Amino acid sequence: MLRVDGIHSYYGKSHILHGVSLEVNKGEVVSLLGRNGAGKTTTMKSIVGIVVPREGSILFDGTTISGIETHKVAQRGIAFVPEHRGIFQLLSVEENLAIAARRDSIWGLSEVFANFPRLKERRHNRGSDLSGGEQQMLAIARALVNGPKLLLLDEPTEGLAPVIVDEVVQVIAAVRQSGIAVLLVEQNIKVCMNLADRHYILEQGNIVYSGSRDEFCTADQVRERYLTLN
Amino acid sequence: MSLYLIQLINGLGIGMIYFMISVGLSIIFGTMNFVNFAHGAFYLLGAYLCYAVVAATGSFWLALAVAPPAMALTGWFAERYLLSRLYHAPHQYQILVTLGLALVIQEGVMLVWGAIGQNVATPVLLQGVVVFGSFVYPKYRLFVIGFTALLTFVLWLALERTRYGAILRAGTESTEMVALLGIDIFRMFSFTFALGAYLAGLAGGLTAPISGADPFMGPGALSVAFVVVVIGGIGSFSGALAGGLLIGVVQSEMSSLWSEGANIMIYVAMALVILVRPRGLLGRA
Ligand SMILES: Nc1ncnc2c1ncn2[C@@H]1O[C@H](COP(=O)(O)OP(=O)(O)OP(=O)(O)O)[C@@H](O)[C@H]1O
Ligand SMILES: [Mg+2]
Repeated sequence: MLRVDGIHSYYGKSHILHGVSLEVNKGEVVSLLGRNGAGKTTTMKSIVGIVVPREGSILFDGTTISGIETHKVAQRGIAFVPEHRGIFQLLSVEENLAIAARRDSIWGLSEVFANFPRLKERRHNRGSDLSGGEQQMLAIARALVNGPKLLLLDEPTEGLAPVIVDEVVQVIAAVRQSGIAVLLVEQNIKVCMNLADRHYILEQGNIVYSGSRDEFCTADQVRERYLTLN
Repeated sequence: MSLYLIQLINGLGIGMIYFMISVGLSIIFGTMNFVNFAHGAFYLLGAYLCYAVVAATGSFWLALAVAPPAMALTGWFAERYLLSRLYHAPHQYQILVTLGLALVIQEGVMLVWGAIGQNVATPVLLQGVVVFGSFVYPKYRLFVIGFTALLTFVLWLALERTRYGAILRAGTESTEMVALLGIDIFRMFSFTFALGAYLAGLAGGLTAPISGADPFMGPGALSVAFVVVVIGGIGSFSGALAGGLLIGVVQSEMSSLWSEGANIMIYVAMALVILVRPRGLLGRA
């Protein structure tokens, strides 16, 4: 469904991605791992067109999306939940959802409120009144009502209390259940191993490992080499 | 009746006009991070289009119905074909081009209508004064206050109660996030520009019967609008309203207290506000 092929991305003169290739198939949850500064966020930004790759191509559902504008990428069915969540602080919870809602989405407001009861309680509150966990839930919910076929999540559990992390994990499982594919960037390796069908590891702008769930479980050396903090 | 009360009401009327000039500038700056020095020229051209329609047909009401939409169209074209190319350029390029556009409009106005200002007659219906006991006040100025107040309320409703308004408010926080939701921000920019030009043009048209149409009215209006934007907070609708009214009242009261200093006092007011609230009255981090 998504096929990233040898992309090179830059910020000004600094060359960040050195030919990243990866794939996400229908219905899959795929994780993208790597140390701080490896280029995970840049990869996601390149997919949605916030950063335009200078080389390589990105195909989604068989058509090229590299180089097209961000809003058109979103309309094609890729929703990106950024690391900082991007909740509109001045808008109410309901308005945050309403501006994203599309009729053809399998996730409507009622499905969202059923899966995120907290958001229903707080639907008249402003974004700025929400806790970190609630903002993350809202960010995911807002992406879902946008009708994506593929959801990109950048560190969804970052900075959240363990109970909330569990809730986020359940939500991602529910997203997969509904048939939406997920590309997940996550520092919490337990969360990743729990959710993802396949894993990629990024190191200094290169994909240095890819493997299935089972392969990754036994690849202790790989985990040690690329993922432990130093 | 007290002179100060009269000046207060005058100030509110002027303040509403300032609000209408500034709100577009503020939202354009807040969402697109775009400095539009041509905004004062939209006000100028609005006044002259109004003059032209009144001169041709004799109807101020027709002028008020036609001139502002014509300005919206002008703003839309300017954005679409000229200014949108500058969104990623540094501010100094934006200033250069929009200043150039302002000069082209100003010179164009002088070419068509001459270098001397033109008067626009007050519509017959609103000539004369209203008298309430000792309160005597020009009808037309009261009309301006009422009309702009109504328009402000309608705008506020549209901004707060419609999906499009919510998108616009979201845009003042992050256009990137708006785009990530599949919303065409470039269409939003064009629309915002057209709306800003509409309001500036309308302000010009409404002012014309009071102070006429003058080829040099643009820069003054622009500098006041920048003051209002700074006082109210960039990108804030209610801030532009508060800032516009504050400046209108300060200027108007000062003109009877110390007329030479009335214009300086608006900058003093601005300095005081940003000393206390660097982001403006209703600005945010
Ligand atoms: N806007 C930017 N301008 C210049 N360099 C940047 C910018 N954003 C990121 N970088 C650099 O690009 C590299 C990759 O950053 P990126 O944010 O993609 O890493 P990441 O894998 O998401 O890291 P983290 O785990 O810290 O989120 C880093 O060296 C970073 O310093
Ligand atoms: Mg990152």
